[in-house]
Amino acid sequence: MQQLSYFELIGFGPKGWGLALLVATGMTLAVALCGFLAGAVVGTLVAWAKLSRSMIARTFGDGYTTILRGIPDLLVIYLFYFGGSAALGAIGSLFGADGFIGVPAFVTGALAIGIVSGAYQAEVFRGAYQILNRGELEAARSVGMHRWLIFRRIIAPQVLRYAIPGLGNTWQLVLKESALISVTGLVELLRQSHIAAGSTRRPFDFYITAAILYLVITWVSTYLFQRAETYSLRGIRRAS
Amino acid sequence: MDLDFMWETLLQLLSGVPLTLNLAFTSVAFGAVLAMILALMRMSRVGILEAIAKAYVFVFRGTPLLVQIFLIYYGLGQFRPILQEWGLWAFFREPYWCAILALTLNTGAYASEIIRGGLQSVPNQQVEAAKACGMSGFLLFRRIVFPIAVRQALPAYGSEIILMVKATSLASIITMMEVTGLAAKLISQTFRAVEVFVVGGLIYLILNFAITRIIMAFEWWLSPHLRRPPAIEPRLEAAHV
Repeated sequence: MQQLSYFELIGFGPKGWGLALLVATGMTLAVALCGFLAGAVVGTLVAWAKLSRSMIARTFGDGYTTILRGIPDLLVIYLFYFGGSAALGAIGSLFGADGFIGVPAFVTGALAIGIVSGAYQAEVFRGAYQILNRGELEAARSVGMHRWLIFRRIIAPQVLRYAIPGLGNTWQLVLKESALISVTGLVELLRQSHIAAGSTRRPFDFYITAAILYLVITWVSTYLFQRAETYSLRGIRRAS
Repeated sequence: MDLDFMWETLLQLLSGVPLTLNLAFTSVAFGAVLAMILALMRMSRVGILEAIAKAYVFVFRGTPLLVQIFLIYYGLGQFRPILQEWGLWAFFREPYWCAILALTLNTGAYASEIIRGGLQSVPNQQVEAAKACGMSGFLLFRRIVFPIAVRQALPAYGSEIILMVKATSLASIITMMEVTGLAAKLISQTFRAVEVFVVGGLIYLILNFAITRIIMAFEWWLSPHLRRPPAIEPRLEAAHV
């Protein structure tokens, strides 16, 4: 059999893997985005705990960020993948179903990414909150805004503005972490390359393609975050 | 939670610690050399060297480590005949060396930016003062620039070392039986994910805590100028006799 050229191999022809790789890239983006959004929710709550006046909440918040930033992400993914199935199996057996119930790999992956990136985002949000002008918070309270309104009108918009550079870094981390989800069998970019490499015996060609696609994603997202940063700072006068 | 099971798990996972530390420290050591070279290239003001260093950092920081590991371990297998001809196959056949190579190349990219930041933070006045005293070239680098740069870069380098300890867990995917590899094996044998996770996580936390402490001690040792001077006991002397 004649050896296919590189471009036939990854192209969109009858023997090309192009479409499969593109779909898998979409899956990588989807799982990374869901994980990132879940991480934003977790991060907000943990940052809130870390900034709270209550000792217990602060201890919890500090413990959360210390632990999750000190443990390999892969271990957390294993916990969710195997632990989630075990928990579902236990619930299932209550209702008479027996045997192994798998959690969808997408949910496991997004949750694991969310839990881990939440720890990083908490630090970003906490740092951004501390830049806020205390006087603005007092002013908001003095005109009679209640807590939720202050959060929505005063805190959230400004914290987001200052957090954009840090969030950009976290997004890059999340994107790279999403490659680890391939161990759970979710067909994202790396998994798809692995499958293609196995069936064509051309591993280098596929992994280098995956690397290029990851580079394109990081490159585009760096650009978008830079745009967002400039846009968010449009109303701020800067020194120099 | 079954304490007996956790104790047994702990004993089993501890046997993976030497390999975890071995992978982390070997690659950090090689990576530091690579990072130094890259940082000097980046600051050399020679267009082509600068471009190479920039491209290297962009590629290795922009792609997941796991992709780099797969590219080296599985990907290079595609060129097996050539590698055998060059006598390199013995190296690339071993998952251990592939993991070390991938981790080294990866940390080299991240650490080069840290070192560059450190080198650039050296105040210009200090360099000028040293030049005024007649120091130049290597002596200037060894006595003035390097010590200040190391002190500046150390905290960031400490976090990079911790990231590397965590990154060694990816070597388990190419069959290296370090802590995470053993943990994954135990979980798939016993299906007791939570217990194994708690024990494995604890091991990593202790390792990272110890490393943080060592770095902090090193930082303290390197910055005597920030410490309070030892208090000199005022001598009581009879002023008026």
